[in-house]
Order: sequence, then structure tokens, then C-alpha cells
Amino acid sequence: MVRNINKIEISHTELGHHHGHDVGERLYLHRHSIVHSLPPHVKIVAAFMFLFVVISTSITQWQLFIFYFSLILLTLTVAKIPIKLAATRSLIEIPFVLFAVLMPFFGTGEQFSIGPVDLYRAGLLAGLSIVGKGTIGVLIAIILSTSTTAREILRGLEKLKLPQLMVQIASFMLRYVNVVTDEMERMRVARASRGFEATGIKHWKILATAAAALFIRSYERGERVHLAMLSRGYDGVLPHEEVTKVSVKIWIKALTLPFLALLAHLLMIVWK
Amino acid sequence: MHIPDGFIDLPTSGIFAAASAAGIALSLKGAKKSLDEKSAPLAGLTATFIFAVQMLNFPVAAGTSGHLLGGALAAVLVGPYAATLALSVVLLMQSFLFADGGLSALGLNIFNMAFIGVWVGYGFFLLIRKLLPKTKSSITIAASIAGLLSVPAAATGFVLQYAIGGTATFSVQTVLAAMVGTHVLIGIGEAIITGLAVGAVMASRSDLVYGWRGNSSLLEIRKSI
Repeated sequence: MVRNINKIEISHTELGHHHGHDVGERLYLHRHSIVHSLPPHVKIVAAFMFLFVVISTSITQWQLFIFYFSLILLTLTVAKIPIKLAATRSLIEIPFVLFAVLMPFFGTGEQFSIGPVDLYRAGLLAGLSIVGKGTIGVLIAIILSTSTTAREILRGLEKLKLPQLMVQIASFMLRYVNVVTDEMERMRVARASRGFEATGIKHWKILATAAAALFIRSYERGERVHLAMLSRGYDGVLPHEEVTKVSVKIWIKALTLPFLALLAHLLMIVWK
Repeated sequence: MHIPDGFIDLPTSGIFAAASAAGIALSLKGAKKSLDEKSAPLAGLTATFIFAVQMLNFPVAAGTSGHLLGGALAAVLVGPYAATLALSVVLLMQSFLFADGGLSALGLNIFNMAFIGVWVGYGFFLLIRKLLPKTKSSITIAASIAGLLSVPAAATGFVLQYAIGGTATFSVQTVLAAMVGTHVLIGIGEAIITGLAVGAVMASRSDLVYGWRGNSSLLEIRKSI
């Protein structure tokens, strides 16, 4: 019976959540690859370095962007991440793509025309730059979150000196995000089973009241969790795992990609 | 809508990342003072709440809908320090896990939403609370106005960053007009929802509302007559 109720909830879900899975596990794609096996903090450093090289490249050196994209594609292949999955997840950047698409049409300065349309050169370049760099940024983040569980990413950030309290807040968030969204979903089902359908601003009061109830439940849960932790000896610091040293070899492996990107960038500068 | 990578140049992103790091450090200090050792689980659940409530759709008209940003709401409910931390963590997780907001733009996004959004909202909340009589409905009104102003304020933060290091070709004036214009509208929605939500919490658990705590009387021990 309980099973059945669960099934109904799943079929009615509007939030697009898979129930019973950790938010990190949901994004994580379990594969065996070099990318997956690298320690998280090494991966984060490599991702940022790659990103910095990409962002500091001018879009006029378009050959470099082709090279960067091939490096990303290579990483996706090595990490055994389906291109389709990466493409679907990168749809998140659509609002800014729309913004960038408008740029060649509304601008100032030098104009040129392709067929019947007049375009602004500066606007076109800036638009291409935003889309190109934004897409690479999104793909890097996708590779990171697909090849690393959320918990590991957090552990990596902790190693990179993210303050303890922030790490703890984030771990609580990862731990309870499903509990809280499920609670919200149950409230939605409860509203729907009483014939409620939100269609306009006149229904905001009910939705806002639900948000308030969600806050109260979250806060009370926070208190309960805190008391439970205190009774188990919590004193503001969470227990730590053994810290393993990362060898130079692993760092070299991880930093190959940003290094290649940087090398190409520098060669281009010298060559010009 | 979060800023992606490459939209604002690297030096500007770096400056705002440093500013955000400093702000988080200050908030960590402030939160420890105001929330004692409870801070981690409570701020964690607040972050979870903000993350979840941003997925709650508020229908506007003709199929469009909006959602709460939650800066002012969090500030009024749990205090500005914990709210800053919660929103920073939400933004951190959104960029690392969902690619929502660029990794290199994290400092920019935290600055706009977790600092400007929270602190401008909380500042106006305090100001209006002072001007109004000390009643429960004043808290609701003050929270609502805080919500109204926090959204365009955060948008102004974006325009500032755009003016310093924007890579797009739209003029700063155009961006300012477009951003502030649309965000005043979003702010009106935010104001209504924030007011209603704070009002609902005030009605059942006013003791939880940080912005009311100073006013509520402590447990009174009366002597028997």
C-alpha cells in the first residue's frame, strides 16, 4: 500500500525529481574512468585552471576555441559521459544565449550584412564570445558533477579550504534536500487532493502559506537534528576521514588538460 | 538567472570573488555570535528550504510563472548572517552541481544575491520596522517592502559588475534600464510572496522569526495572587 502511494506521488511530480536519490547521486553518473578516479580537489583545481585559460582567450582567436571544445569532447569521451546527457544539462544556459543572440542586431559601430540582415561586428563577436565561453563553462561544471558525487565535490572544496561551517551547511543541505523537497511534494499532493489548482496571483496566499509551513518544518527539523547531534557528542566539528596524500603523478594527470589549453594559448600569442 | 562564465571579465570576477570571500568570513563570525553552536544544522536546513522554495512555482498569468528568490525572506526569518551563508551555499551548490551560474562567476553571483539581496533587504526591514508600531503586522509589511527592494538592488549589483567588466556590447544605460525595470516587476512579486510567507510564519510560530525576536517578550513568570 505504501508502495502504491509512493508511485502516485512519483507520477504526479512536477519538480522533475527522482525520489529516493541523493541530489548528488542523481547527477552523478557511475563509470570507471580516469576522470572519475581523480581526487575531487585535484579535479576542481584543474576545472578552474582550464576555465581561466578559456575566459582569458579572445574570441577572435577562434581556432583556440575549436581546440578547447575538442579537449572538452575528449574529456567527455574518456569519462564515458554521453554527449546527449551533457547537451541536455547544458540547456541551463539558454537565457544568456538568448541575450547573446540579440547582440549582433542591436549595437553600435561597424556594420556588415549577410544577405538581407545587417549585423554589428562588435555585437556579433561579443555574442559569440559569451555563448562560447559560457558553453565551455557549463560543460566543465557538467563533467565535474557527472564524474564526481556531490559529497566528494564538497570534500574537495573542504580540502581547498572552504570554511568548516560552510562545508557543514552544504552537507546538511545535501543530506536534507530530498527530505525537504519530498515534504513540499506531499504538501502539493495534499493541496491537489483537496481540489486546489494554482492558476494565478489570487492563489499566491495559499502557496506562500505552504512555503511558510515548509520553513517551519525545516527549522524544526534543524532543531531536532541539532539536538540529536548534541546528544551524540557534536561540538561544532564533524569527524574527519583519514587524509590521503595526493601524489605528484596524479596532479600531473589532472592538469594535462588545462596545461594543453594554456600551451595552445601561449603558442598562439607567440605566433601572432 | 545566474551569471555564466565569460560574461564578466576575469579581473572583475576576481575582485568580486575576494569581496564575497570577505563577506562570507564576516557572516561566519556574525552567525556564530547570533546562532551559537546551533548554526550548522539550522543554517543548513535554511539553505535547503531556500533551495526547495525556489522550485515552488507561483503562476502569474497565461502560463507564465515566477519563483521566490528568498534573500529578504531568509534575512527576516533567520537573520542576515545565517541568510547570507545559506544563500551562498545554495549558489555554490547550484554552480557546482547544476552548472547554474558559472564557476568563475560564483563571486559575482554570491555578491549580488547573498550580500546585496540579503543586506539591502534586511536594512530596509530594520528601517521600516523602526518607523512602524511594534505589532506583528508591521513585521509582515516591513518584510514585504524588504522583498520589494532587495530584488532590484541585486539587479543593480549586476549592472555595477557589467559596467566594470562586462563583455557584451549593450550600453550600461540600456542594461541598467532593462535590468532594473524587469526586476522592479519581479520585486513586486517577491514583495507579495515574502509578506504572505512571513505573515503565515508569524501567525503560527512568531518565536522563530529572527526579525521579531527583539520585540517578543520573554517567558514571563507571574506570581500567584
